[in-house]
Amino acid sequence: MTDSTDPLFREVQGPSPAEMFKTRAMVHKGLLFGLSVVGLLVLVALFAPLLAPHDPHAQSLMNRMVQPVFMGGTWDHPLGTDHLGRGYLSRLVYGARVSLMIGAVAALISGIIGTAMGVAAGYFGGWVDTVVTFLINVRLAMPVVLVALAVVAILGGSLTVVICVLGLLLWDRFAVVMRASTLQVSRRDYVAAAQVIGASTPRILLAEIMPNIFNNLIVVITLEMAHAILLEAALSFLGLGVQPPTPSRGLMVSEGKNMMLFEPWLVLLPGAVLFVLVLAINLMGDGLRDVTAPEGRN
Amino acid sequence: MTDTILSVKNLTLDIPTGSGMLHAVRGIDFDLNRGETLSIVGESGSGKSLTALAVIGLLGISIQRRADAMRFEEVDLLKANRRTLRNLRGNRVAMIFQEPMTSLNPAYMIGDQLIETLKLHRTVSTEMARQRALELLEKVGITAAESRLGQYPHQLSGGLRQRVMIALALMCEPDLLIADEPTTALDVSVQSQILNLLGELRREFGLTYLFISHDLAVIEHLATRVAVMYLGRIVEEASVADLFDRPRHPYTRALLGSVLTPDPTQGVPETALGTAYPNPIDPPSGCAFHPRCPLATAHCKTVGPRPLHSPTGRVECHLEDPESPLFKGDTA
Amino acid sequence: MLPFILNRLGLALLVAFTVSFISFSLLFLSGDPAAALAGETASGEDIEAIRRLYGFDRPMLVQYGEWLFSAIRGDFGESYYFKLPVSGLIAERLKVTMTLGVCGIAFALLTAVPLGVAAAIRPNSIIDRIALFLSVAGQAMPSFWFGLILIVVFAIQLGWLPPSGANSWRHFIMPTIVLGYCAMPAIMRLTRAGMLDVLNSDFIRTARAKGAGEGRVLFKHALRNAIIPVVSLAAVQMGFMLGGSIVVESVFALHGAGFLAWESIARNDLPTVQALILVFSMFYIVFTFLADVLNAWLAPRMRST
Repeated sequence: MTDSTDPLFREVQGPSPAEMFKTRAMVHKGLLFGLSVVGLLVLVALFAPLLAPHDPHAQSLMNRMVQPVFMGGTWDHPLGTDHLGRGYLSRLVYGARVSLMIGAVAALISGIIGTAMGVAAGYFGGWVDTVVTFLINVRLAMPVVLVALAVVAILGGSLTVVICVLGLLLWDRFAVVMRASTLQVSRRDYVAAAQVIGASTPRILLAEIMPNIFNNLIVVITLEMAHAILLEAALSFLGLGVQPPTPSRGLMVSEGKNMMLFEPWLVLLPGAVLFVLVLAINLMGDGLRDVTAPEGRN
Repeated sequence: MTDTILSVKNLTLDIPTGSGMLHAVRGIDFDLNRGETLSIVGESGSGKSLTALAVIGLLGISIQRRADAMRFEEVDLLKANRRTLRNLRGNRVAMIFQEPMTSLNPAYMIGDQLIETLKLHRTVSTEMARQRALELLEKVGITAAESRLGQYPHQLSGGLRQRVMIALALMCEPDLLIADEPTTALDVSVQSQILNLLGELRREFGLTYLFISHDLAVIEHLATRVAVMYLGRIVEEASVADLFDRPRHPYTRALLGSVLTPDPTQGVPETALGTAYPNPIDPPSGCAFHPRCPLATAHCKTVGPRPLHSPTGRVECHLEDPESPLFKGDTA
Repeated sequence: MLPFILNRLGLALLVAFTVSFISFSLLFLSGDPAAALAGETASGEDIEAIRRLYGFDRPMLVQYGEWLFSAIRGDFGESYYFKLPVSGLIAERLKVTMTLGVCGIAFALLTAVPLGVAAAIRPNSIIDRIALFLSVAGQAMPSFWFGLILIVVFAIQLGWLPPSGANSWRHFIMPTIVLGYCAMPAIMRLTRAGMLDVLNSDFIRTARAKGAGEGRVLFKHALRNAIIPVVSLAAVQMGFMLGGSIVVESVFALHGAGFLAWESIARNDLPTVQALILVFSMFYIVFTFLADVLNAWLAPRMRST
């Protein structure tokens, strides 16, 4: 049909959506910050064994609660050690794996559930929509922290259980956003055209609807990743999430809490790392939303 | 000497945008005499609505306004502080807008909005303000005015809301009423009712109108004088009769839809305004109208025309300028 | 209006019913509640005795029916740990949680609405940037960590406030800030977006053209329109906050319903946990219902098309 390399075509059409995306992304400070911090932490997680100076689980009674280097400690343990003599830096480095894995897998599970429900509700409407909307209402009415705590407590706290519970609980935003996007997209002419030429329903959903709601999906994935990471930290902090000795940031804060009076950095450091990670993911999500849908700002 | 109540000299409005300075209004002059209806006509983007807002000082903060002089009666609008302007607005200068559906505050009852206007400017009791509101609602042709006072805007049709807007504007017996496309958003049948109403009110209250519109039919109905705006300039100004009988600027003629015969051997151009309205950020050189003008020559592309004043009005076109090489004499 | 309310009421009841079923079923997730209750060291006979004692040997639906029937009458059974009626326990603890929730939402509204308004008046100004920063930070801040930082600074370092407990109003200051800060970003953003939207609307221009001063334009004409969605958001947030109070209450050792939930979960006190999930859900359901009704009552006036 049209050849996008034809200079005349370019003249008329202006930059392609991909180019516009790139230009806007390059000037969006929040997005750049978010992307670089998240990228950095992904690298840290991937190369944790190379970066961590010590084994995150190795206890050393000789080196308990060593001060971090900026508080007069030594470079042997740059961020000090905890009450069991485990290197804080190493635990934080490995903790990046825990956080990112929980965020990514939980968002993946809830994304699949929520997207399936939302797209079905938006596309088919009728009783499907009624049922999905009802389920969303039910889900929103359940207090997340409480239910997650109770279920993890009953099933026993492990990384797998925590991830699955969060995945099964956090699909509501996916369903809400995907339902609205699908509703909007399925009214467009090209969907009607596909229906008229007799395209099958799965084909319409995959080829016509999904590509057009993908931007919104990416945004929700990032925001829910942040949500899952925060929730895991809260559960672990309450002692009913991931169990020791896993280097979860929430658990580290919880362990440091007892020493908080004398060594506040034991609490400050893991919380700050968690905060920066979640902040970066949120900024990335907000930035992606701004860049992909500039008219929907504010 | 006629009694000039509004005078604007060399008004310029610039809007900084991401892609450069948008010259929305590029040096316009006009005077408005008491009892007159001056209509500013132009396409969207010509700067006519901004001109109206500039008069009562309601421009957005990003818009830069410059002028040699701007007076409303004894008030120097350029030097007036916010308080002076506020005392003017809604009191001596009132305004009605294009969108009756959204111009009334949805959160308040009609009566409260009318009463508020009077109470902002006069020390009157609520009961007196209510009487005045009632009286004006009846005056603008609203039946069951008593019950309308207690209604919210969403309970009224567009035509009724515009009548309410007119009543609102008249609450303080203004000298000048600025109407920005007051009938554009209305159904055709309602349009003529509102226009007739505006005509009656002008006679009854001795109002002066500054009437902004893109619709020549509306203007012919109501205006006494017409200023034609194109790309931030007033390209022609004349009495309504002169303008409709003897349009001088090619743009005015195009608006009026009159047939132009620049050169009989080349046939008749079907529509004079075939090409798109130019970008105000980067206006065409010379005469801004030249890209769309069927009579344009190379001279028009380089040299801008100067305003030519005559006892009956003025025009900006080389073809009308005796000193221009393109002068064609009086016959168009 | 009435059909709408009845419709919403029906929906709310249906949601409540479903939630009650889910929270009851949680008990059976472990497979055998009797074994879980008896503990790891219990013998087979002990487990069997507990099973009969608590009626776990009957079909689940029968147990649910009985539980729901009692629950409707306000009887949630007896706490395994405290050996007291659950309803009494919760009622007593709810006072603290409700106080915290009300203070929290008040704090959120009192900070978020003025900030949102100020940010909308001058977009991209310093205030707008501060507001944006506070809201972005608030969304990323782990509330337990924020609470601990406040304790370190204001209780330990400065010694201004008590670190934990619920004996005086001063004990509630830090928990209120932490809980309120969770709801602040959403309220702030909605206020800002609403005000920006309203300030660009035609009726604001009308108000200015009337000669109204800026204060009057902002607070009488604009805010009144922008605040309506904020009020219903606040109602929904209130429902969320009560559910989220568990973290804050455990950080500050406030013995409210959230703290009770935490204790009960850790102690396998299932009747209390079930009842608390249901109670917190009911709060959310009631608050969203109220928000819906409030919106419907105000919305027809807001329709300007």
